[in-house]
Amino acid sequence: MTTTRQLGAALKALLVLTVLCGVLYPAAILAVGLVVPDRANGQPVVVGGREVGSALLGQPPSGPEWFQGRPSASDSSGDVSGGSNYGPSNPDLAADVAEREKALRAANPDAPQQIPADALTTSASGLDPDVSPEYARWQVARVAAARGLEQTRVLRLVDQHVREAPLGFLGQDRVNVLELNVALAGLTRG
Amino acid sequence: MTIALQTAAAVLLVGAVLAAVHVPLGTWMHRVFTDDSDWRVERAVYRVVGVDPRTEQRWTGYAGSVLAFAVASVALLFVLITVQGWLPWNLGRTMDWDTALNTAVSFTTNTNWQSYAGEAGTGHTVQMLGLTTQNFVSAATGLAVAVALLRGLARAHADRLGNFWVDLTRSTVRVLLPLAAVGAVLLLLGGVIQNLAAPHTIETLTGTQQVIQGGPVASQEAIKELGTNGGGFFNANSAHPFENPGPWTNLLEIVLILVIPFSLPYTYGLMVRDRRQGAVAAGVMGFLLVGSIALAAWAEAHAAAGPFGSMEGKEQRFGIVWSSVFAGATTGTSTGAVNSMHDSYSALGGGVPLVNMLLGELSPGGVGTGLYSYLVVVVLAVFIAGLMVGRTPELLGKTIGRTEITSAALVTLTMPALVLLGTGLSVVLPVSLDARLNDGPHGLSELMYAVASASNNNGSAFAGLSADQPYLNLLLAACMFVGRFVPIILVLRLAGSLAAQGKRPVTAGTMPTHTPLFTTLVVGTVLIVAGLTFFPSLALGPIAEALS
Repeated sequence: MTTTRQLGAALKALLVLTVLCGVLYPAAILAVGLVVPDRANGQPVVVGGREVGSALLGQPPSGPEWFQGRPSASDSSGDVSGGSNYGPSNPDLAADVAEREKALRAANPDAPQQIPADALTTSASGLDPDVSPEYARWQVARVAAARGLEQTRVLRLVDQHVREAPLGFLGQDRVNVLELNVALAGLTRG
Repeated sequence: MTIALQTAAAVLLVGAVLAAVHVPLGTWMHRVFTDDSDWRVERAVYRVVGVDPRTEQRWTGYAGSVLAFAVASVALLFVLITVQGWLPWNLGRTMDWDTALNTAVSFTTNTNWQSYAGEAGTGHTVQMLGLTTQNFVSAATGLAVAVALLRGLARAHADRLGNFWVDLTRSTVRVLLPLAAVGAVLLLLGGVIQNLAAPHTIETLTGTQQVIQGGPVASQEAIKELGTNGGGFFNANSAHPFENPGPWTNLLEIVLILVIPFSLPYTYGLMVRDRRQGAVAAGVMGFLLVGSIALAAWAEAHAAAGPFGSMEGKEQRFGIVWSSVFAGATTGTSTGAVNSMHDSYSALGGGVPLVNMLLGELSPGGVGTGLYSYLVVVVLAVFIAGLMVGRTPELLGKTIGRTEITSAALVTLTMPALVLLGTGLSVVLPVSLDARLNDGPHGLSELMYAVASASNNNGSAFAGLSADQPYLNLLLAACMFVGRFVPIILVLRLAGSLAAQGKRPVTAGTMPTHTPLFTTLVVGTVLIVAGLTFFPSLALGPIAEALS
């Protein structure tokens, strides 16, 4: 085949494969999505008829009466995702961690000495919905005090929300912060 | 469970899934590429393209078709991105011309390096029509070239290698589309989103604001992993909870990444009528992959004792082990998707993905590309062994003569030349030096990782590098194009030359290529070639950082 004929065949092949792979295939998966709308739309969490977030996304930091998620390079704004990309030898990382440690100590005077690692480091996505069970428990004293609740009640709530790693080794144990906070709001009212 | 036990369990689990799947899938692919009949949808494609599916091509014609398809793909994708402002679902997103060109080359070459953020650069139409399509056809191209090389090994006294348009279409229709559809539905059920919604802002439970993104993610995620492409729908790639919501989807994505590269060795064994050859290939690939995963997990676990606990740039639901397994899978294949930020890995932990790429992407490598890169190393190993014992080097009854060894040697030289020259150029130019986020040895690793990623068509990044600038966009686009198509042309030349030969009978003097000794020789060739080429640069980057 000549170059022109090759290029012509290439263009035609690309167009017809675009119809298959770029139109029909995503459309078919979109159609499947209509059957499971909750999954297809990111599992929105609705409280009092209002969408207050996605069960999959960590949320921006807020007041002491709420459980906090992990630090985020983008403050969990949701418009652009990503991590800090600081290498371990980067002095900016050490400075950021020191600053977070100071702020956590100031906000949690009654918390244990040892701060869990996930409380000090930014996640990969900036939207990590989970914290370690240790970090959730670490926050119990602050949350209970801010809400005037008994610590044992709040601790029990945290323990109920620990999701264990499937098979014991598939990922890590975790607590979904938004789901915990929704339950926490119910606890106050009750 | 300790990190070591968890890593072993993770590797065994992934290995068990692949062991169960590789025989049926490998057999299926063998049937796909040796079948004499066409499916109805395929006949429709051939009618539109205007080719006779029974006419086969010489290696030159096959290479011409591959190149023509690449040029058409780059051009069409560039135009599509440039005009996206006039398309529906563009969400007001745009790219500069240099970013658009980089992206067009990147997705056409199966690299999926992204100098744009998915949330800012691409609307839903470009994601589906442009990027999802290229995820399919660039993987299909790799598969086609690998199959052409297998035909070269299997045939005798032949001047034809098959028909590229047939191989491309069958790869897409019979292999990639069905598997991607199953993967996409499973991912969707696991929570990966699939809609056409625009981003909308909500008020959270605690009174803050957050943007919730939408998009046809599940359909793209499945082929992104299956086709070893790796371009994220979102900036955070497979770390984004909408792309990879939990441990099960993470496992599925790792399996999707590895399933075709680890099934192709079985296809290879069937094509050359000697399944032991395929077992050796899978063994070499598996050995290198498991080694790299173990090393990365060990390095990250070791770093976990440090002040920051090595969770910087990792997600709680994956943790150290499943981040390391993903990192090994994504850089051992030429995928480049990430579920953790490699830039934030410890010096050695981040060195592992870099070394995985510098080995030349054959542990197990990308769809198709992994197998042909492996076979090139086998040609080298056979040649070296032949020199050592003073016999004519032979592979599967084919003599490794001048054409064969020069093709293999040039393939082996292309990537290192690109990496070393590209990195060297970038460390003397202020424009790229200023793009680094981290200083010192880690900064060198950032630049070297970028050029290695582009030249090996991987696409993962030490993402601290601000790569969205004309110099890096154009340099990396050139590395991607040359790093992809020069080896492809040479591999097809090798295939053509092998096919033309007759088959020499096996005699007592033939060196077997299925023994443990030969397997060791192949692994040694991979490690020694990469070590001799890259040790000085690695010493200045990750090794210096680890020692300081």
